[in-house]
Amino acid sequence: MSVPRYWREEVPRYRLLGKVCAGCGAKFFPARPVCTECGSTEFKDHKLAEVGEVVTWTVVRNPPPGFEKYKPYVVALIELEDGMRLLSQVVDVDPEEVQKGMRVEAVFRRVKEDGKAGIIQYGYKFRPVVE
Amino acid sequence: MSVLSLHRQVSVIGAGMTRFHHRLHQDKQGRELFVEAALEAAESVDNDFAFGDADALYLGYFSSDMFERQGHTAALMADWLGMNPKPAYRVEDACASSGVAVNAGIQAIASGMCDVVIVGGVEKMRTLGTKEVTDTLALAADANYEAGVGFTFPGLYAAIASAHFSKHGSTWEQLQQIAIKNHVNGKKNPKAQYQETIKEIADKLGERKGMIFRDEMEFLNSPLNPVVASPLKLFDCCPISDGAAAVILAADDVAKKYTDTPVRVTGIGQASDTMALHDRDDLTSLRATCFAAGQAYKMAEVEARHVDVACVHDCFTIAEVVATEDLGFFAKGEGGEAASEGRTALDGEIPVNPDGGLKAKGHPVGATGAGMVYEIFNQLRGQAGEHQIADAEIGLVHNVGAAGATVTVQIYRRG
Repeated sequence: MSVPRYWREEVPRYRLLGKVCAGCGAKFFPARPVCTECGSTEFKDHKLAEVGEVVTWTVVRNPPPGFEKYKPYVVALIELEDGMRLLSQVVDVDPEEVQKGMRVEAVFRRVKEDGKAGIIQYGYKFRPVVE
Repeated sequence: MSVLSLHRQVSVIGAGMTRFHHRLHQDKQGRELFVEAALEAAESVDNDFAFGDADALYLGYFSSDMFERQGHTAALMADWLGMNPKPAYRVEDACASSGVAVNAGIQAIASGMCDVVIVGGVEKMRTLGTKEVTDTLALAADANYEAGVGFTFPGLYAAIASAHFSKHGSTWEQLQQIAIKNHVNGKKNPKAQYQETIKEIADKLGERKGMIFRDEMEFLNSPLNPVVASPLKLFDCCPISDGAAAVILAADDVAKKYTDTPVRVTGIGQASDTMALHDRDDLTSLRATCFAAGQAYKMAEVEARHVDVACVHDCFTIAEVVATEDLGFFAKGEGGEAASEGRTALDGEIPVNPDGGLKAKGHPVGATGAGMVYEIFNQLRGQAGEHQIADAEIGLVHNVGAAGATVTVQIYRRG
């Protein structure tokens, strides 16, 4: 990812910040410029829930450039307690133990490195909730 | 949904395709591949056809920029075909690039702007290594929130597979029947990348590794078929390929001049959906397929049960299961079982991917949609050779961009 793109996405990534439509209340993550439900362009910030559960997942064994050191890693579709969905890695877990419905919580982690001299990208990952 | 229609009828009068392959075309550029396909298409027209007869070119090429460090490829191809000053349009809709190019060409004729157009696609992928190809293909996903968190295309379809298993109880074993069937079909197709059954591949690789496999399943369960993104293994994924396909379309009234046996376009559909999987309520179905197919069936005034032969987008085995359900060949959740029962085999009730599909024929992404039209053109003219479906009259083409953000469907009928 380019440096400017990464920089622009820093706040939503670091804080799990989405938007809620001022017109109809539809929630979005990541933020969008136009509401897909009502067409409004007015939004307020929406802080996403930080706990949710795994809807579906896979274990990536052939990672793209920048993700090699994490392989094999789990990526999942996660539904948060506020109903929002996002894709994320699930860490601090044996890949074999991940299952549908597993409760997970957001953590701040290193996500990707653009080679030895490139920027180091941080952002959210999820880990199992210890009940 | 209102029923759309073509204000002028369109037919396919010729089609050509290079062999799809991972090594064979190493010394060729994309432009050479496309010209090769276009020459074959021109050759296939019954009466004389010259590229100059065409009023426009619509070219699908997903990522010439990354693969060949070459942009502006539609004008380049038109130039190489000697079509100047006819207009040329490049279409980029990921793996559906040439499916969309075909639809655009059909609409250009239906609108009255053109009488004859050349549509097609090309992808020269093997200039990059596997990891870089995977990275380039991931450009077709949401770069920030899918690829950006480590998802790959096999990963996205693996998530779809997991969701399908969980909701419908389908199994990995059922998916293997898709791969096995498509390799059986590919063996009969001289244009396919892999003209070997999985059993033959198992025997060959087994010999090299000192292993003996009783049957395909033993091989597919062995370490020689490693996991790519669970539950999908290597043989659940289509290969990386170089190749091109070209199709010549003409208005019905003009087509008569070129051939007595055109293949008529009776219905087209196209739809878009959310880029990112996190914006979809249900991962077990591609909404864009359902919408595009609904549109095409209505326009063609046919139903799924009338289709005699179909080319569907099986970039991964699970994708064929989902496609056969979304296209209405089988009820939701029953696609895997139907494949296991042989209902989509060459001699089944609805033969799917008689050419070997993306799995065995190969998947040069920009060429795939036009490559499917090439197959259906030959099927409906009874000239598909060893993998011919007897008396095929109605054929369907289904081309998917990425994880279903773009889908095109066309329905063709023997003229």
